Amino acid sequence: MIEVRGLSKSFGATRAVDGVSFTARDGEITGLLGPNGAGKTTTLRMLYTLMRPDAGSVLVDGLDAGREPLAVKRSLGVLPDARGLYKRLTARENIEYFAALQGMEPSAARAATEALIVTLAMQDIAGRRTEGFSQGERVKTAIARALVHGPRNVLLDEPTNGLDVMATRSLRDFLRALRADGHCVLLSTHLMQEVAALCDRIIIIAHGGIVADGTADELRALAGEQQLEEVFMKLIGTAP
Amino acid sequence: MNAAVTVFMKECRESLRDRRVLINSLLLGPLLGPVLLLVLMRLVVGRELEKAEQPLPVVLIGAERAPELVGALRQMGLRPRPAVADPELAVREQRIDLALRIAPEFGANWRAGRPAEVELIYDSSRREGAGDVERLRGMLEGYAHRNGALRLLARGLAPTVATPLIVASRDVATPQARGALLFAMLPYMLMLTIFIGGIWLAIDSTAGERERASLEPLLINPVPRDRILLGKLLATALFSLASLVLGLLAFLAVGRFMPAAELGMNLELGAHFFAVALPLLIPLVLLLCIAQILIAAFARSVREAQTYLGLAQLVPLIPSVVLSVLPIKAQLWMYAVPVLGQQLAIMRLLRAEPLAALAVALSVMVTLLAAVAVFALVRRVYNSERLAISA
Repeated sequence: MIEVRGLSKSFGATRAVDGVSFTARDGEITGLLGPNGAGKTTTLRMLYTLMRPDAGSVLVDGLDAGREPLAVKRSLGVLPDARGLYKRLTARENIEYFAALQGMEPSAARAATEALIVTLAMQDIAGRRTEGFSQGERVKTAIARALVHGPRNVLLDEPTNGLDVMATRSLRDFLRALRADGHCVLLSTHLMQEVAALCDRIIIIAHGGIVADGTADELRALAGEQQLEEVFMKLIGTAP
Repeated sequence: MNAAVTVFMKECRESLRDRRVLINSLLLGPLLGPVLLLVLMRLVVGRELEKAEQPLPVVLIGAERAPELVGALRQMGLRPRPAVADPELAVREQRIDLALRIAPEFGANWRAGRPAEVELIYDSSRREGAGDVERLRGMLEGYAHRNGALRLLARGLAPTVATPLIVASRDVATPQARGALLFAMLPYMLMLTIFIGGIWLAIDSTAGERERASLEPLLINPVPRDRILLGKLLATALFSLASLVLGLLAFLAVGRFMPAAELGMNLELGAHFFAVALPLLIPLVLLLCIAQILIAAFARSVREAQTYLGLAQLVPLIPSVVLSVLPIKAQLWMYAVPVLGQQLAIMRLLRAEPLAALAVALSVMVTLLAAVAVFALVRRVYNSERLAISA
């Protein structure tokens, strides 16, 4: 479970994130929806302690990210916007490197790596160097290394960016499986269809602040619109 | 500590698969200096030796007027060339290099015991012919001196009468010191080897990871950033050290092929040099590697890092140039200056001069302290929020 209270962050005079509060629960997929530049990535970066908030707090499973960043990092699996792999290492070596950095024993790391390789259906690419991987293969590898330590909470920044239909569909199935296992899944996206297809709870963020928070039905009722896209346009305030 | 080892192992494994790293650290870095030195030495020495042994072609005008002189010159290595009509013009137009004209009255003067005249015709503005002119002048003076002595003896006088003054030269340069003059750039070559050995890992550790967007995922792992930095530093230092060891070995190997003995020089490039130079330079490996990582961490891209580090490589050249131009007497404090101290110490080792233990200890200690100080600086950069953000 991830609880965010009054999170703020400025870069110079720009207030990128301004008093953001929300909760992402276990066994749910929460979608952080907003246009480009709304503050989604900055918010997530503060969640996984890459950035320090100017104000506010982040609690992950009750642990304060500001006070115990290492413990919080251990309970998070993160697919950041930057998802570069080491191209001279094989996919398997990339995953095992992160497992070792998570402090896993070699035998446990190996077992977890092989299990993820099967789950993500990447048996045929696991032994190949990642140089020349397709976008889909790269995202799979990046997800596997992010989740190799079996974190309860999963953060994904625009996970389907650049994926084709097939890869998007299998990624969604994978995220639903995580939800079924009771994980807390939080993803950011600028795509309506993504949240409509996947998310139990939608948080709409615009200009660094939360403009709406609820289920798809709640948001439809709030905006008085049937099409989610209209709801979105109305709520972020660019509708005529 | 475990995380540092994990990062170290991964960096080494990845680098061993990178042809760029292998070429730089294990081939170019170690071999550039020794091969350059060998080629230069061969060129310089070869030319000197060739000149001394080759026959000296000289255009002779009036050779028939002094057959004895010409015979003696021939024995000393002169090869007579046929006469030309206007030797002054021929020299000026560079058709011939050097001519010797024997005056028409040479025979008469010689027989009468009067000074007989020969003329050297050459162009002193042409530097490359200067050696030949000196050689011919030496031959002529030697011939004159011998005949002068014979004439004195024939008149019952000791030849020493005509030699009121003897100027003796005592060159105090030991053979080693003369050799070291040619080796003045060797210390810089070793610095360059250390630099080149670590350069790709240093660039890769921050600028490279940031450019390939793998730094942010790396830093999300629950590992203090100092450990990641330490692992990267150790891997960089290992490759740099490998480059240095190979470079030193290559210098030892090249030392065997150096035509140093042919020039009467002696270079101390043996096991002793290796055994002292290596521990002396290891602290410098750490310092230069961490300095490279610091510089690369400020660069926004790999290309920018390459530019910065390319310029940084020239910094150790400054003491080398100053030392070779200005005859500075090494003071103890100079050994406390990283880079300068090592260069001074290596020069002394090459000249087979004694090296004070205090100087070595001072150099090692201060360089290590400097490395720790720069490490603390890089730690601050690594712990800053902006480090991972590429955009």
